[in-house]
Amino acid sequence: MTKIGLEIHCQLTKLESKLFCSCKANYREFKPNHNICPVCMGLPGSLPRLNQKAVKSATSIAMALSCETPEKIAFFRKNYFYPDLPKNFQITQLNVYGDMSVGGEGYVRVENKKIKIRRIQLEEDPGRIIYEGASERTKITLVDYNRAGTPLVEIVTDPDFESPRQVRVFLNILSDLLENLGVAEPGLEGAMRADGNVSIEGGSKVEIKNIGSFHDLEKALHFEITRQQSLSERDIEIAQETRHWDDRRKITISSRSKEEDQDYRYFLENDIPWVKIDQNTRDTLKENMPESISSKKERYVEKFDIAPQVAEIIASDKYYSKLFENAYSDQNAKDIANLITTDVIGFIDTKEKQQNSKITSKHLSDLIDAINSKIITRNSAKIALQEIMKSGKDTKDVLQEMDLGQVSDSSEIDAIISQIFEDEKQAVIDAKKRPETVNFLVGKVMQKTKGKADPVKTLELIKSKLNG
Amino acid sequence: MNLNTSILKYIDDVKSGSFTVEEFISATLQRIKDIEEDVHAYLSLNDSTINDARLIDKKIASGEKIGQCYGFPISIKDNICISGTKTTCASKILENFIAPYTSTVVNRLQNEDVIITGKTNLDEFAMGLTTEFSAFGPTKNPWNLDYVPGGSSGGSAASVAANECLASLGSDTGGSVRNPASFCSVVGLKPTYGLISRYGLISYANSIEQIGPMTKTVKDSAFLLNILAGQDNNDDTTIDSNNVNYLENIEDGIEGKKIGIIKEMTTEGLSSEVSTAAKDAIGDFESLGASCEDVTLPTIPYTVAAYYTITSTEAGSNLARYDNIRYGYELESEGYEYNSYISKSRTKFGPEVTRRIILGGFVPSAGHAGKYFLKALKVKSKLISEINNAFEKFDYLIAPTAPVQPFRFGEKIDDPVTLMLLDYNTVTANLTGKPAISVPYRVINGLPIGMQIMANSLEEKSLLRSAYALESKTNLPEVPL
Repeated sequence: MTKIGLEIHCQLTKLESKLFCSCKANYREFKPNHNICPVCMGLPGSLPRLNQKAVKSATSIAMALSCETPEKIAFFRKNYFYPDLPKNFQITQLNVYGDMSVGGEGYVRVENKKIKIRRIQLEEDPGRIIYEGASERTKITLVDYNRAGTPLVEIVTDPDFESPRQVRVFLNILSDLLENLGVAEPGLEGAMRADGNVSIEGGSKVEIKNIGSFHDLEKALHFEITRQQSLSERDIEIAQETRHWDDRRKITISSRSKEEDQDYRYFLENDIPWVKIDQNTRDTLKENMPESISSKKERYVEKFDIAPQVAEIIASDKYYSKLFENAYSDQNAKDIANLITTDVIGFIDTKEKQQNSKITSKHLSDLIDAINSKIITRNSAKIALQEIMKSGKDTKDVLQEMDLGQVSDSSEIDAIISQIFEDEKQAVIDAKKRPETVNFLVGKVMQKTKGKADPVKTLELIKSKLNG
Repeated sequence: MNLNTSILKYIDDVKSGSFTVEEFISATLQRIKDIEEDVHAYLSLNDSTINDARLIDKKIASGEKIGQCYGFPISIKDNICISGTKTTCASKILENFIAPYTSTVVNRLQNEDVIITGKTNLDEFAMGLTTEFSAFGPTKNPWNLDYVPGGSSGGSAASVAANECLASLGSDTGGSVRNPASFCSVVGLKPTYGLISRYGLISYANSIEQIGPMTKTVKDSAFLLNILAGQDNNDDTTIDSNNVNYLENIEDGIEGKKIGIIKEMTTEGLSSEVSTAAKDAIGDFESLGASCEDVTLPTIPYTVAAYYTITSTEAGSNLARYDNIRYGYELESEGYEYNSYISKSRTKFGPEVTRRIILGGFVPSAGHAGKYFLKALKVKSKLISEINNAFEKFDYLIAPTAPVQPFRFGEKIDDPVTLMLLDYNTVTANLTGKPAISVPYRVINGLPIGMQIMANSLEEKSLLRSAYALESKTNLPEVPL
């Protein structure tokens, strides 16, 4: 049986400042080495000052993943030399000597399987190494310390996954969960990374590092499983090792450096006293935690009779669920939900578009009101949505400016139908013989009225004219 | 101009117009010029002292608000950062490091209008007990230039003893304030762990070290502690001083107090001079109305081993950042792979630092932590419970600061184990976080002896009162230099 475990790193980008200093947690907008200070540069004599909000965010994550959360936590030094590490040790956490990290022993349900979360720890992100010419063979290596000290949460799972597909489903659930908590933006480049480990029946555990994206992770896992299976079929022993993902060749390569043998000389970081997280704090965190995705979904289905697939889509995306939550009333909830999943999603399908879109919940409820009171057609609503997304103007103004008001006056529609019957004589004959082709004529009316004619009334009038 | 004066006397004299700040600073600079070649207390001098003095004189003349230091001259150990100045740790690896920020302690002093004379010599990265491990040459003991001044804050102690300033800030990881204070006959205080901010102190063993004032008198020590103590937002390990005024009631005496004489520190390994001095001190304490009694802390024989295990572990980690990448000295990286480059750049460390980094790579390593590092931590926690028990019964615990008097240069440098034993009486205060002070007590054969008093955590006020009482029993000669 294939066993896959994950080690996920997620930056707490929603925090204002880094883990141990007041530099910005969101380092992305700065020129290289412009978001640094004596502390995150590890200058001689500087000391870490723990960002207490980061402890709270990390504890929230642990709670959302059903972890045990301890009353007090400690930080450790992980000692190793690397150019992106200003102090040549990383301040992190460890579950040894009884010293607890922010959480452990949790789980996430993935398709009725419990994926166990072994531990969650809070740590600092190192800086970034840039190889000039994007190759490790380059003569010039640049280091940008803007990222150094960014609060990072490491989530380690047990090897509970059986397939790369399951991993993908889990990562989707996890990134939705982290975003829903309001602590992270997994969509940001490099904000959420994952390494994996793979073992097959009878073989040793192989860790895969250097994986750039979730997409690559899935590929790397597939490759590694196939590699191990083919070794096993030929009775070649699968050695315990760390392999690196080669993004260019799409294969894993054995790491020449013996990283697995490295001794990190972990010991307590005495510059940061033990942090107490008392029951009161934990209770408050729990109370203020946003509703989980699964309970949201359940609520949508039960309370508003929304289809489970529709409820799932809205609940798992923070943007859509916010639009929905602020728009719905008991009467129009289902319509709003459908409008979001059939039309809004089509226009706003990326995080970037979500950020740029000017649609508000009020627009949605106004549009549904307009449809339900037959002021506009469903089709016109779609056209209006596109305009609203760009301009953010009031729904009423958009409908007026674009002349989208519905034509439901019978005599007006009748006149248009008469004209169409003149122009499309063959279609009229066809429709008389085969009633199912009547839609062609309805479509023509719609075309003429730019979608404004009431489709029900139009059909009614055409039918009576055909029969008459 | 008498430069051998206390801070408190200086302030009175400046206030009453006996001399101006500029006059005193000029005389101090002249003194430095005259004797520095012999003493070598300083690694660098502040070239704006006269300007600083004039500004303060102007403030005084115009009746402007002025800080409580009135421009008295103080020196700072060269492992404490001052923005825009070199902070070398007496190491070749930081020879050109100019700190871009100022430590909390220096900030607090500067806010009170102190004048900084310069940065003082130390054993490289504060590892040593003689200043012989300074990469820039040793400091001489002002009492006898052939003798070591103690260490690692040897430059600080010598600068105060030789009247090259009125006070100094040192740092004390295992005795580095108290040992040179004892060897140079000045007052050296190692406060409770966390009472003084370490922000800007270049770490050696951060879990146990503290910055401490080195002064001519106990009252001056209390005066400086009033300025330095208390919580700092830049150091999460600092604790609230509750605005204690350490000078208040300092003359109240120690009548009725209970003193424990630490047996493990007074029976073996003491020179006969130090042993005699210790007996005299007990007599003095009793004559002051305190009662003295032997006390045993059975873990003490293991403390030096535990101390070196813990400090090496932390040093190995704290000094890992000196890879010559973000700051450092000229060393072209062309032709080196990363690991070989940092290996090459780190050959600049001196022998004692190298020894401890190697030890620090070994004792906490996966295969050996159980035998060494974790055992050392056990010694530490056992010692803490023993000393806490002792403080249930005693107000103070006493012993000589160092088991011997100053010795000649070169005498012990090749014998690291003997050197390490010089810490025997001082490391307990660091491992337990308790405050301890070294008070100048005797000068025998022209060489000083200091007595150490320890008190319970945050009992500095009481500690300084006892130190003042002992100080008042002494009548010491002036430094011959």
